[in-house]
Amino acid sequence: MNIRSRLSTAIASQYFPFFVTVSLFIILYIAGIMNYRGFTHAQVFYNLFIDNAPLIIVTVGVTFTLLIGGIDLSVGSVVALVCMSLAYLLKNTSIPVFAAVPLVLLIGIAVGFIQGYLITMFDMQPFIITLAGMFFCRGLTAVISRNTIIIDNPAYAALASERIRIFDTGFISVGAIVAIIVLILATIFLKYTKTGRTIFAIGGSESSASLMGLPVFKTKILVYIISGFCSALAGIVYSWIMLSGYTLHGLGMEMDAIASSVIGGTLLTGGVGFMPGTLFGVLIQGIILTFITFQGTLSAWWTKIVVGALLCVFIIMQALITEHKNKLSSSSSIKSDK
Amino acid sequence: MGDTILKMRHIDKIFPGVKALSNVDFNLQSGEVHSIMGENGAEKSTLIKVLTGVYPRNNGTVTLYDKEIFPKTPKEAQTLGISTVYQEVNLCPNLSVAENIFIGREPRKFGFIDWRQINKRSQELLHTFNIDIDVTKTLDNFPVAIQQMIAIARAVEIDAKILILDEPTSSLDEEETKRLFTIIRELKKRNMGIIFISHFLEQIYELCDRITILRNGELVGEYITTELPKVELVAKMVGKDLDSVKEFDKAAAKSIPSDQLFLEANNINCIGKLNQMDLTIHKGEVIGLAGLLGSGRTETAEILFGINQINKGELKIHSDKVQLSNPMKAMQKKIAFCPEDRKLQGIIGDLSVRDNIILALQAKEGMFRHIPYQKQVMLADDCINLLKIKVSDREQLIKNLSGGNQQKVIIARWLITEPELLILDEPTRGIDVGTKSEIQKMAVTLAKTKGMSVVFISSEMDEMIRTCTKLIILRDHKKVAEIENEEISSENIMKAIAGGEN
Repeated sequence: MNIRSRLSTAIASQYFPFFVTVSLFIILYIAGIMNYRGFTHAQVFYNLFIDNAPLIIVTVGVTFTLLIGGIDLSVGSVVALVCMSLAYLLKNTSIPVFAAVPLVLLIGIAVGFIQGYLITMFDMQPFIITLAGMFFCRGLTAVISRNTIIIDNPAYAALASERIRIFDTGFISVGAIVAIIVLILATIFLKYTKTGRTIFAIGGSESSASLMGLPVFKTKILVYIISGFCSALAGIVYSWIMLSGYTLHGLGMEMDAIASSVIGGTLLTGGVGFMPGTLFGVLIQGIILTFITFQGTLSAWWTKIVVGALLCVFIIMQALITEHKNKLSSSSSIKSDK
Repeated sequence: MGDTILKMRHIDKIFPGVKALSNVDFNLQSGEVHSIMGENGAEKSTLIKVLTGVYPRNNGTVTLYDKEIFPKTPKEAQTLGISTVYQEVNLCPNLSVAENIFIGREPRKFGFIDWRQINKRSQELLHTFNIDIDVTKTLDNFPVAIQQMIAIARAVEIDAKILILDEPTSSLDEEETKRLFTIIRELKKRNMGIIFISHFLEQIYELCDRITILRNGELVGEYITTELPKVELVAKMVGKDLDSVKEFDKAAAKSIPSDQLFLEANNINCIGKLNQMDLTIHKGEVIGLAGLLGSGRTETAEILFGINQINKGELKIHSDKVQLSNPMKAMQKKIAFCPEDRKLQGIIGDLSVRDNIILALQAKEGMFRHIPYQKQVMLADDCINLLKIKVSDREQLIKNLSGGNQQKVIIARWLITEPELLILDEPTRGIDVGTKSEIQKMAVTLAKTKGMSVVFISSEMDEMIRTCTKLIILRDHKKVAEIENEEISSENIMKAIAGGEN
C-alpha cells in the first residue's frame, strides 16, 4: 500500500518524465559498453555533445515555445539562413567576423519577433505562422545563393577547429561549450525568474495567467524571440561544423528538435517541461546513431525508426500520466487527503 | 459587521437593445457575508461583472473606501482589492500550490525567486485555513475543493478587501462545503467583505448576514437574513406579493390528461444531477417542473431526452422498459426537446428558417434519406402558417428573426417529427409578452387536440399555473413535492420551494 501510494506520487511528480529519459539514456549507454569496446572511451561521450551542439541549442529554443503551448517550425530554416548569410558576409564583404556574428544573430531575433508578434497580436495558430516562416527563411537562403558558399576566413576556421582538452580523457569543441552554457542559462531562467515562471503559467492556462495579472502578451512574444535567437546561435555553431552556407542545411532540424523535447519530457499541450530533460532527449538520439556507427552494417536511417518508436512510447506515457493526475484531482476528496 | 466599504449607486448597464441593470444599489460592509439573489434574468451576474470590470457601467457610481473606482479589466479590479473565485478555478494546474498563491508577486533574493520562502509562507498561510498539504506538489494533484481554497488563499495573500465567491459550492460535497464555510467565517473575522452567490437556499441561510435581491435587473431590496423568512425570499425573487398570490389563480381551459400512461420513471438517479425521483406522465398531460435555478429542472429534462444517463432506477415508455442512452434513442421513442439556451443549443444561425425546421426530422430519418425539396417547402410553409411565425420568406436566415420567432421555429422543428412527448425548457425566456402567451396556449392546445404530453419548464410561476395540470417541485436536485389540479397556486408552489416553512 505504502509503495503504491509512493509510486502514485512519483508518477504525478513533474520530474517523472525526466527520470525516465535519464534512465533510458543510462541503460542505452550501459548496453553500448557491454556490446562494443569502443563505448568505454570518454571521447565517445564528448562526441555526443560535439556532434549535437546545434541541435541542443535549437531544442532549447523550441522547448520554450512548446512550454507556452505553441510551436516553432521555422528553426531549421533559420539555421540555414544564418549559415548562408554568415558565409556570404565573410566571403563577399569586408565585414569582420566579430561584426558579422552579431549581425546574423539579429536575423534570428527579427524572425522570432515578427512571428511572435503576429501570433500574439492576431491570436493566430503558431503552427501556420511558423510554417510560413519556415518556407520564407528557406526561400530567402536560396535567394542569397543557390550554390554552396565555403567559409574560408582563417580566423573563423581556427575558432571552429579549436578543441578544448578535458584533463586527459578527451576534448570538446567551442560549440559544445556554447550549447552547455545556453542550456544552463535556460534552466536557471525558467526556474528562478518571474518571466520564466510566467512562461509555465501561460502553458498551464493562458486565461488564468492573464486573470492573475501576469504579462501574457509580452511574454509570448519574448518566447518566440528566444526561439529565434537560439536558432540563430545554433546556426553559428552549425557553421563551425560545416564551414559553409548551403540551402539544405538544417533540413528537418525542427522535427528533430520537437522530438528531442518531447522525449525529454515536454508536454505538447504546454506548461510542463524540464530543460535538462531536453538535453537527454538530444543525447538519446545521438547515442542511437553511435550504436549504428559501431554496428557498421545498418543504415543511419535506423535512427529515425528508433526515434519514431520512442516518440510513440513517450507520448503514450504522457497520456497515461495526465490520466493519472486527472484521477487524483477528481476522485480524492478532502477526507482521503488528510 | 463594520463600515460600508463598497457602495454601488444607481448602476445602469445597457446592452444593445436591452437594459440589463437599471438603477441598482448595492452595499457591502467589511466583515460580512452578503448574498446577491435572483432568478434567471435577474442579472446578478451582470452586476458582478460590472463590479469586477468585465463590463463597463453605463451609469452610476462605484466607490471603494469612499473613492470612486473604474475597473476596466478583472486584473484592475484585483489590483484595487476585488478578487473573484469562480466555480471553475482560475489557477494554473501545472504549477505548484505555493507558486499558484504567489505567482506574479514572488519574493526574491539577489534577483532570483526565493523558492524556500514561497513554500514556507504558503505552508503557513494554508495552515491558518487548516489545510496541511505538500505545497510543492502541482495543483492538479488535489481535488477541486482544495483548489478552490487555494484560490481563496491567493486572494488573501494579495490582500483582497472584497472576495466574490461565485457558486463555489456547486461541485463540492457536504464535508467539503463545511470546510469551505469554516474558511469563509475565518475571513469574516479578518474583516474581509465577502459576496457569496449560490442557488442553495440552505447555504445562504447558514452563512450570509445580508441578502440583496434583484429581479429583472432591478433592485427589489436589501434584507437581513435572519429577518427574512424563506417563503418571503422566494416570493421576492419570483416577483409576487405574498398577499396578492393568495388570491384566486384561475385555471382557464387546461388540458385534461387521459388515463393512458406515456412515461413512467421509478426512482431514477443520476450522480450529481438528480436524486432518486419518481415521475409519471400521462398522454395529453401538461406537466410542469418548478424550482429555482439549478434545482434540477433542466437535468430532469436532459435525462428524459437521453443526454444524461441514469445510473439507478428504470424508465418505462408505454409500459416497456427503455434505456435512453442518447438523444437519438429518445427521438425514436417520440420524445422532443427544446433546450433552454436557444442561441447555443437550438438555432443554427446561418441556416435558413426552412433548414432549421427540417433539421430534427432529417436527423431522425437518417442522413441518407434526403427529404425532397418540395416536401421541405411544404412542411416549412405549414409550420410558418400554423404557428404564425413572422418571416419575410422561408429562406430568411434564422439569426435575423426575433427571439420569439426563433423559439417558434425550434418548436416547429420538433412538431414535424410528430412527438408524443414535447419537453419545453424555458420556452418563453427573453420573449415578448404576446408571443409568450401564444406559446403557452400552443402547449395546451397540442395536449388537448393531439393528445401530446408536454413537459413545461419555466421560472415564471404564472406561466406554469396557467398551463400545467401537474407540477413537480424540485429543490437541490430532489423532488420535494407534487402539486395537482386545484392545489396549484403560487402560494403552494413557493411554500414547496422554500421547504414547507411558513
